[in-house]
Amino acid sequence: MILKLFFTFFKIGMFSFGGGYAMLPLIQLNVVNQNNWLSHKEFIDIVAISQVTPGPIAINCATYVGYKLAGISGALFSTLGVSMPSIIIMIILTKLVLKVNKAKFFESIFSNLRPTVIGLILAAAILIFNESVFDTRTFFIFILAFVVSLKYKIDPIILTIIGGILGYIIF
Amino acid sequence: MNAIDLFITFFKIGAFTLGGGYAMLPLIEREVVDKREWIKKEEFLDLVAVAQASPGPIAINTAVFVGYKLMGIKGVIFSCLGSVLPSFIVIVLIAAVFTGIKNSPVIEKIFLGIRPVVAGMIFASVFRLGKSARINKISIIFVLLVAIAIWIFKITPIYIILLSIIVGVLRYLKRSNNI
Repeated sequence: MILKLFFTFFKIGMFSFGGGYAMLPLIQLNVVNQNNWLSHKEFIDIVAISQVTPGPIAINCATYVGYKLAGISGALFSTLGVSMPSIIIMIILTKLVLKVNKAKFFESIFSNLRPTVIGLILAAAILIFNESVFDTRTFFIFILAFVVSLKYKIDPIILTIIGGILGYIIF
Repeated sequence: MNAIDLFITFFKIGAFTLGGGYAMLPLIEREVVDKREWIKKEEFLDLVAVAQASPGPIAINTAVFVGYKLMGIKGVIFSCLGSVLPSFIVIVLIAAVFTGIKNSPVIEKIFLGIRPVVAGMIFASVFRLGKSARINKISIIFVLLVAIAIWIFKITPIYIILLSIIVGVLRYLKRSNNI
C-alpha cells in the first residue's frame, strides 16, 4: 500500500506542471477515478481545505490521502513521492542555470505550456462545478464566488470562509 | 549562514503561503533576495522561469534552487524539509480530525457552501490567467481542446503535457536555427 501511494504520487509530482489548480485533473484521475482512494466530494473538500491551509494543493492532497489510507507512514511516503520528482528535476535544472544561463530555453518551453496549463485548470473547474453545483442555491454561491473573485482581489481564504457561512445558513 | 537558517527561512515561507502558487512569490522574494541576500534579483527572475518549467510547486522548486546554490545537496534537504513541514503538520492534524467529523450535519452544510466557491474561484482563475497570458484566438481553441480532451474524452493529462513540451522544444530549436 505504502509503495503504491509513493509511486502514484511520484507520477503525479512528475507531471504537475503549472502548479496549483493545473494538477487537479491528474490528481483526480489517479486518486478518485482509478484507485477510489477518495470520493469526488472528499476530493473537492481537500481542494477547499488547501485554500485555507499553508502549502501547495498537490502536497496537501498527498499528505491527506496518505494519512487516510495508511496513517503517518502513508502521509510521509505520499508527501515524499509527490515532492521527489520536482526536487530531482530542479537540482538538475539549477546546476544547468548556475553553469550556463539557460533560463531563456526554459522560458520558451513554458510559454508553450501556458495554454495547456489554462486548459488543465478549465477542466478542473468543470469537473468540480459538476460535483458541487446541483440547485439554485449552490449555483447562486458559485456565481457569487466567480464574480467576486474575478472583479475584486479578495483573498481565497475569506471567500472560502464566506462560502462556509452561507452554506451553514441556507442549507 | 548555516543549514538551520535555511530550514527556518523556508519553514516561514512554507507556513505563510496559504493557497500556494504565485501568491507566494513576493514573500519568497522578500525573504531570500531582500532580507537574506542569498540570491540576486536577476537570479530570482531566472529562478521563477526555471521553477515554472519544472514540475512541482513553486515553493519546493525555489527551496531546491536556493538550497542547492548555497550548500549543495545538504542545503536542498534542509530547505525542502523546511518548506514542506508546515503544511505536512497542518494536513495530518486536519486529516486526523476531519475524517471523524466530516459526516456531521453541520460540517456537511458548511462544505455544501464551500464547494461551489471552489468551483467559482477556479473558473475565475482561468479567466485571469487567460488575460495575463494574452490568449489569442488560436490559443483559446487550444485551451478548449485540452479541457474537452480531459473532461469528455478522459485523456490522461500526462500525454497532453508531454505533447506540449515536445512542441515547445521543437519550436525553440526551430527558432534558434533561424537566428
